[in-house]
Amino acid sequence: MMPAALGLALVAATGAAGQAERVVTPSIFDPVATPAHDIRELAYLVLGICGVIFALVGGLAAYSMIRFRQRPGDEREPPQVYGSNQIELAWTVVPLLIVVVLFLATARYIYGLEGRAPAPGDLQVTIIGNQWWWEIRYPELGIVTANELHVPVSDPARPSPVFLTLQSVDVIHSFWLPQLAGKMDVIPGKTNRMWIDPQRPGLYVGQCAEYCGTQHAGMLLRVVVHSRDEFARWVSEQRAPARDDPATQAGRALFTSLACINCHTVRGTPANGVFGPDLTHLMSRSTIGAGVARNTPDTLRAWVNDPGSIKPGALMPAMRVSHQELEQLTAYLVTLR
Amino acid sequence: MSAVSAPGVLAAGEWRPSRGRVGMIGLIVAESSLFAVFVVAYLFYLGKSLTGPYPKDVLDLPVLTTICLLASSVTVAVALRVLARGRGRACGLWLLLTILLGLAFLAGTGVEWYHLIAQHGLTIRTNLFGTTFYSLVGFHAGHVTVGLVILGILCAFAFAGALRPEHHERAELASWYWHFVDAVWVVVFTVVYVVGR
Amino acid sequence: MSAATEAERVQISRRSWLDVLHEWVVTVDHKRLGIMYVVAGIAFLVVAGLEASLMRLQLALADNTVVSPEVFNRLFTMHGTTMVFLVGIPIVFGFGNYLVPLMIGARDLAFPRLNAFGFWVFLFGGLLLYLSYLAGDGLYGTGSAPAVGWFAYAPLTSRAFSPGNSTDFWNLAVLVTGFGTIATSVNLCATIVCLRGPGMHLGRMPMFVWTMFVVSALTLMILPPLSAAQAMLLLDRFLGAHFFDTQAGGSAVAWQHFFWFFGHPEVYVLILPGFGFVSEIIPVFSRKVLFGYPMLVAATVAIGFVGMSTWAHHMFAVGLGTALTSAFAASTMLVAIPTGVKIFNWLGTMYGGKIRFATPMLFCAAFLFQFLCAGLTGVMLGVAPFDWQLTDSYFVVAHFHFVLIGGLLFTIFAAVYYWFPKATGRMLSERLGRLHFWLFVIGFNLTFVTMHFLGVQGMPRRIYTYPADRGWETLNFITSLGVPLQILGVAVFALNLIWSLRRGRVAGDDPWDAWTLEWATTSPPPACNFDRLPVTTSRRPLWDLKHPGDPDGPHE
Repeated sequence: MMPAALGLALVAATGAAGQAERVVTPSIFDPVATPAHDIRELAYLVLGICGVIFALVGGLAAYSMIRFRQRPGDEREPPQVYGSNQIELAWTVVPLLIVVVLFLATARYIYGLEGRAPAPGDLQVTIIGNQWWWEIRYPELGIVTANELHVPVSDPARPSPVFLTLQSVDVIHSFWLPQLAGKMDVIPGKTNRMWIDPQRPGLYVGQCAEYCGTQHAGMLLRVVVHSRDEFARWVSEQRAPARDDPATQAGRALFTSLACINCHTVRGTPANGVFGPDLTHLMSRSTIGAGVARNTPDTLRAWVNDPGSIKPGALMPAMRVSHQELEQLTAYLVTLR
Repeated sequence: MSAVSAPGVLAAGEWRPSRGRVGMIGLIVAESSLFAVFVVAYLFYLGKSLTGPYPKDVLDLPVLTTICLLASSVTVAVALRVLARGRGRACGLWLLLTILLGLAFLAGTGVEWYHLIAQHGLTIRTNLFGTTFYSLVGFHAGHVTVGLVILGILCAFAFAGALRPEHHERAELASWYWHFVDAVWVVVFTVVYVVGR
Repeated sequence: MSAATEAERVQISRRSWLDVLHEWVVTVDHKRLGIMYVVAGIAFLVVAGLEASLMRLQLALADNTVVSPEVFNRLFTMHGTTMVFLVGIPIVFGFGNYLVPLMIGARDLAFPRLNAFGFWVFLFGGLLLYLSYLAGDGLYGTGSAPAVGWFAYAPLTSRAFSPGNSTDFWNLAVLVTGFGTIATSVNLCATIVCLRGPGMHLGRMPMFVWTMFVVSALTLMILPPLSAAQAMLLLDRFLGAHFFDTQAGGSAVAWQHFFWFFGHPEVYVLILPGFGFVSEIIPVFSRKVLFGYPMLVAATVAIGFVGMSTWAHHMFAVGLGTALTSAFAASTMLVAIPTGVKIFNWLGTMYGGKIRFATPMLFCAAFLFQFLCAGLTGVMLGVAPFDWQLTDSYFVVAHFHFVLIGGLLFTIFAAVYYWFPKATGRMLSERLGRLHFWLFVIGFNLTFVTMHFLGVQGMPRRIYTYPADRGWETLNFITSLGVPLQILGVAVFALNLIWSLRRGRVAGDDPWDAWTLEWATTSPPPACNFDRLPVTTSRRPLWDLKHPGDPDGPHE
């Protein structure tokens, strides 16, 4: 028990230091990557046009309602005007012209955003939607992680976009990071692609945007944009095999003897399940349950004991282990840094 | 302005179509868009089955049954013509012939399905071809059955002597439905047995 | 005449409630069926409103636990399905039922028994949907309602992800109400084409009749595809077919195409009759003839046609490819033109008029601003790249509630205030009407204007809760604050209906000094609709009667 407790304290301390991160409201008007930035540009144009139309038409309506309300005692019928071809032609043609302008602008942005193809050397990431979490794979780097996407910052002068391949293993999800790009649906049997080039290091949040079942709301997403050096360090940490701390042998043995390994992978152990998140570097992630709780030994223990207590409806079953086994399992998991 | 009348009394020169005809056209429009989706689904899933059997291996051109169904459109038209001349019982005979042709078509479909299921093991759950084939052809066969019921009632009336020239429009509406079912078969035939093979 | 009515009244008061019930249940009279449609629709509106209120209670605060995620997901599924299929459609078709024969000078619909069938099938479908709360899990548990969303995307609806029978309740209930709607559409088409009274040629039909004509014809083309897709879903779930089974090569996107081919024009099916109400009410309360009638008819037909080619703008985020995305963006923006024309024509009608702000006109006035807003956010959503950000966010929720509540429901309220005197012979209280209006207009805008901002701040729809650190709490709280005002508004409305039915001022045949044929008969109209029917000589037959010196005919 002693070494386990020590491990817990250690992790808690480092976790507190490493997780001094601030979540900002993911507004689409606060973009940090080219796709979201371009969309904001187009949005300003559209909002401007629509604002002017609203002011004009709404103003005309308000004017008519005030100016032409019935005065007390005035019972005569007003002059009847049946229509006017010129006026009606005018208010058909003018909107038509506006629509043409809007469409040309729209088409330009559609082709600009969707037309981009990956160049050799661009980072490729595969995002796989699951009920209710995201698997994140870096096929060229041999990294598998979950729910938290790490990418290097892109220099606007020499952009280095990250290309995302979106797939689903069960139902339709939608990948949405409002500050980086618009949504792209994650559809079983269909592979979608998108790209981002975040230009400011930091933490950006998003979440699943297509209703996908009970815990649709609990399918959150985080993107950590690193400087190039930090990203290289993160990659080397992720590529390292799982830690095998002799102090937590009991927990490791328990982990590999239980049903855990049917769904989870810890590289270098018999655990090679694929239904749940890869746990090789579990503690490098700042949240668990696809973002519904902070990743601390306490929440981890509660999660292993009964995921439904933190995320009702989560597909991982309650493990129904004894108190001591729970401590051992948690002690083992928190070493997976 | 002072002219006042009860509803339905139209002035000279005003004309309104009969409600039965418009109603039947409405029904046919609705049914057409229903079939359109099944046809689109068939075409969309063509060649997307992950496993066999595939259409080209198991489907034969149902020439005979197609001839039966198309011929039934002619016989029902003749039945109406005979009815217009006031020969109710002769009309019944032509309707009976129409029904027999329709039954022959259904029997042909039955035999085809029996072969597909028993010999080729193709059911609605085998693959996408089975799914789209049975639903489209089955949906059409269901409509043929409904048409046969309608024609059967007409036929029974005819033999009972209750189908008279003044019922011509009603009988005609039934025949419209039957022609529609035939026309759908032309589309199904083209899509399933010509394009789809 | 009046003596007979008096005798009738005495007789009515002596009949037992069972006789009255029997009379209503077996009726094939379009007026009674129309009233039953509207009353049933309002009842379902109350249910759906309570579901929405529960959801807003849950979302008022971050990490709230008023309801569980399962319950929340059922709530929004039932709310959406109810509002579209059990509130919007029956109320719209109920008004069509009641008004179309009266407006064109007919005795009834073309097929009265088919009409009764349509109503009872709709009611059965509605009850079937709610039966799911008792029986949804079949033999597996205690029972629950569907939780797949009102557009029930595949493959979430497959057996693997939706066990039990709750999804089948959704499927069958909507399928069944669909049959009723198709039957009523055929009926209305036949009525409008075949049963117009003397002189009522197509170019003289009231705008509301035109909108019902376009809507009925449109329904015949768009509703059967939904029924077909639902039949496919039934085959998938019960016979193991693979239409939407992605494991066997089936397509999840195909369902979306089928569904939205119905789902988008469905919005026009709902809103066009709303336009029809407005086109009847604004002229009467502005004391001016409808400005540019031919253009409005053309715009209605155009919306119907163009509306059938825009469906995939609900699917910009599925990855349609550049060509399709551009094409559907273009068709979506095109719909804005006939819609804009309509707004301009209503303004043209009011301009130079003498506007009386009775309750129906108040609702129409609010409608104009709110629908303008809805139309403009619709254009924004048609701009595909902008839509990639906005779709499936609260911005979309705000947009379509502006269309269906700020647009349709406001016009329905206007229509109820306007035609209640015709249907019952009594006026609704203006005082309560004004209270209802102000409560609802403030509550509505508080709730739904705010939602736009939530969407822009990245809040997706259909989430049962959200973390506190997202910064969405204040706006969500304001959004929820509008709910009690709307509940109060509807309560005042219900009170008004009940009170005025007994105590309201007696209306007389033509309380609004209006111009269409339904005001030429008694209030309520006799079973046969008209004892004496004016020959229609123009688009405003009653104007011609009231102003023999200046009839409409020469101006048309």
